[in-house]
Amino acid sequence: MTIFAIRRPHGGCRLAGRFRIFVPGMIAVLFLISASSVAQIPDEQTGNVRSSAARETVQKAENGTWPHVRRVLLLRDYNTRVVTIGTGVLGMAAGLVGTFVLLRKRSLIGDVVGHASLPGIAVAFILVELFFPGHGKSLSGLLAGAALAGFAGIGCITLILRWTRLKEDAALAIVLSVFFGLGMVLFTIIQDLPTGSAAGLNHFIFGAAASMTTRDVQLILYAALAVLGVCVLFFKELGLLCFDDAFAASQGWPTLLLDLLLMGLVVAVTEIGAQSVGLILVVALMVIPAAAARFWVEDLWPMALVSTFLGGLGAYLGVMVSALLPKFAAGAVIVLASGCLFAVSFLAGSRRGVLWRIWEHRRLQIRVGRYDLMRACYEYLESSQGSFSPEVDNTSTKRRIPFEHLLEMRTWPPSRLRRIINRATREGLLNRAEPDLYELTDEGSRAAFLAARNHRLWETYLIRHAEIAASHVDHSADRIEHVLEPGLVRELEQELEKQFPHLAMPSSPHLLKQEGTVKASPTEESLAAKEP
Amino acid sequence: MSSEISSDAVPRLATGDEHPASCPLSIHDMTVAYHRKPVLWDIDYDAPAGRLVAIVGPNGSGKTTLIKASLGLLPTASGNVRFFGKPYAKQRSRVGYVPQRESVDWDFPVSALDVVAMGLYRKIGWCRPVIKKYRRQALHSLERVGMAEYAGRQISQLSGGQQQRVFLARALVQDADVYLMDEPFVGVDAATERAIIALLRELRESGKTALVVHHDLQTVQEYFDDVLLLNMRIIAAGPVSNVFTEENLRQTYGGKLSLLEKVGQRMHLRGGRL
Repeated sequence: MTIFAIRRPHGGCRLAGRFRIFVPGMIAVLFLISASSVAQIPDEQTGNVRSSAARETVQKAENGTWPHVRRVLLLRDYNTRVVTIGTGVLGMAAGLVGTFVLLRKRSLIGDVVGHASLPGIAVAFILVELFFPGHGKSLSGLLAGAALAGFAGIGCITLILRWTRLKEDAALAIVLSVFFGLGMVLFTIIQDLPTGSAAGLNHFIFGAAASMTTRDVQLILYAALAVLGVCVLFFKELGLLCFDDAFAASQGWPTLLLDLLLMGLVVAVTEIGAQSVGLILVVALMVIPAAAARFWVEDLWPMALVSTFLGGLGAYLGVMVSALLPKFAAGAVIVLASGCLFAVSFLAGSRRGVLWRIWEHRRLQIRVGRYDLMRACYEYLESSQGSFSPEVDNTSTKRRIPFEHLLEMRTWPPSRLRRIINRATREGLLNRAEPDLYELTDEGSRAAFLAARNHRLWETYLIRHAEIAASHVDHSADRIEHVLEPGLVRELEQELEKQFPHLAMPSSPHLLKQEGTVKASPTEESLAAKEP
Repeated sequence: MSSEISSDAVPRLATGDEHPASCPLSIHDMTVAYHRKPVLWDIDYDAPAGRLVAIVGPNGSGKTTLIKASLGLLPTASGNVRFFGKPYAKQRSRVGYVPQRESVDWDFPVSALDVVAMGLYRKIGWCRPVIKKYRRQALHSLERVGMAEYAGRQISQLSGGQQQRVFLARALVQDADVYLMDEPFVGVDAATERAIIALLRELRESGKTALVVHHDLQTVQEYFDDVLLLNMRIIAAGPVSNVFTEENLRQTYGGKLSLLEKVGQRMHLRGGRL
């Protein structure tokens, strides 16, 4: 519903105004709901280490397939509920941050941060194991290490760009691959460590939503809400930074600090997304919803709103599917779900969707074809009979046009002309008298008259006011007249009134023989009314 | 920011009578370099108050650099800049900046009105929303450039000239006393050119100053009061009638102003620099 509200022109501002009040409220409500639902946990469940896929499978066996699906979809199951809420809020935060990342043209930075975090996790694990044996997998420690490594990756890119002449893409590729390589080496070393509790660290690479504990989810939830809050708080400033950083700097905004804030948000989303989606794919959670949102809206607040929504929806759908099919990695499924949302937006997006554009193009083509056909009919009749008026020449013999003559009027292939004629016949503009002989209907006569008249009005205007040579005017008039609307035609008439009074038909400035004026009072709407 | 830093580097020049408070823009001894190649040499310039000043010079002569360095957007190697006798950081609200139109992505999801409102963000302050009062101000500013009916339009749906007028409106909404405009006349339609000129004259009427990077030598005399001829250094500056002479232009553009020689000069310069 919101999407359609946004489609209204000028609706953006009002909606944005409401959104500004709405979002902080929404975050507060989410916060309360999630806090209370997580707080309900009985103690033995808090202690429960893994609410793993195995449990789900057991339930599936007990309940049969359909009840199981229903349980999952309606979030009856406590674990599913917790995981879904956590991942969903994460998806929303990622979608919102992604809006700015995309508009700042820093999409790949998220990927670098993700890959660069890997050695951070490994180092954090080793350090914690060293000082507190057995606690190596505490989430906060690992995430802190990952965040530091992520920032280190960004720092390396900045250094490379600053001190060398390498371009950004090369810097990104180098940092991303070197950090990831380092991470893989460290992971191998960890596997060989005598502590032996390293199992599960691999989850950070590809994500494993189902293996999250309630405490993990709590951490993710609060961090994601904090990210959402910061984004809303600094929305205006981040928007300015993304649109025109030089102007922002000239106004005294600390652009470096704002960029750092944005990078901090990217790092935060990456790290809190590491567990459920995995470091490799978490960039998708940021970029895909934002890119998809652009197909629906043309304004910043609505784009942020749609992106947040799509991010949350993608995460929700992904968690649902992975809860039903536990053998697929949750991260991959979430990204695929977002990908599907992107594909839908790409095709059907109300502002920039491909289907709309194709449809618009097709409509224009049909319109142009009809226009050209009608004008060709008029010009043929005018030149073969000396004059043609829809009111006077109302017998069918005076309205007949042979196919081969129409073909000569323009450079159109016979097959295309046939298609155009067939369409015009269906629309009641033409009748087929004999094979390859057509006659204009009453409506067709008027339409033909109007098409020729618009064309000539426009040509005359071009010659007199745009100083285009008469020999060239036909072509440029051809392209523009198809967008002439009744209002514009009236303006043209006023402009040229002295030369062509009383809605008369001007003579063609470049082809055919000179014609007397034709008295008629056609309506411009008769052409416009034929719009599909 | 960097102008402050550099002003500390030459403290004995940074004070005193060289920067009277009545002077909208006063540049002293400024040198700017990219990768150790100087782009601007020893610029000394005091802009006259209440006049329209054209900044004229060939491509690569440092016109944009002059503006950006004055605003602290580029680091200066030496020298200092004062607006009304004080560093830019203290006079931001009195200085309006219109960047080149190509400097931003016009596909950005934002409406004309929102862009204009960005000129007020400083006044609105951190983390506060753009309330109705400010939106009205922005709309009024759009009205002044004849763009009120396009307020809700996404900026990619505007023509080049209309986009330029949106940028102007963003600077106008600040109600500054001196405006720095970077090529506002490039790639605009005749209607926009007329609108901008009318606006510049209106600004002058109300005692404001505008420094405008300008490309079209034909219209300098018609549009501007003063001219600043620039080619890595200041060739000449002053009222158009005194300064805009063939001799000065020849010096600025190198050789005679015939197209061939200009092209030859440019190619030579390019070859020499690379």
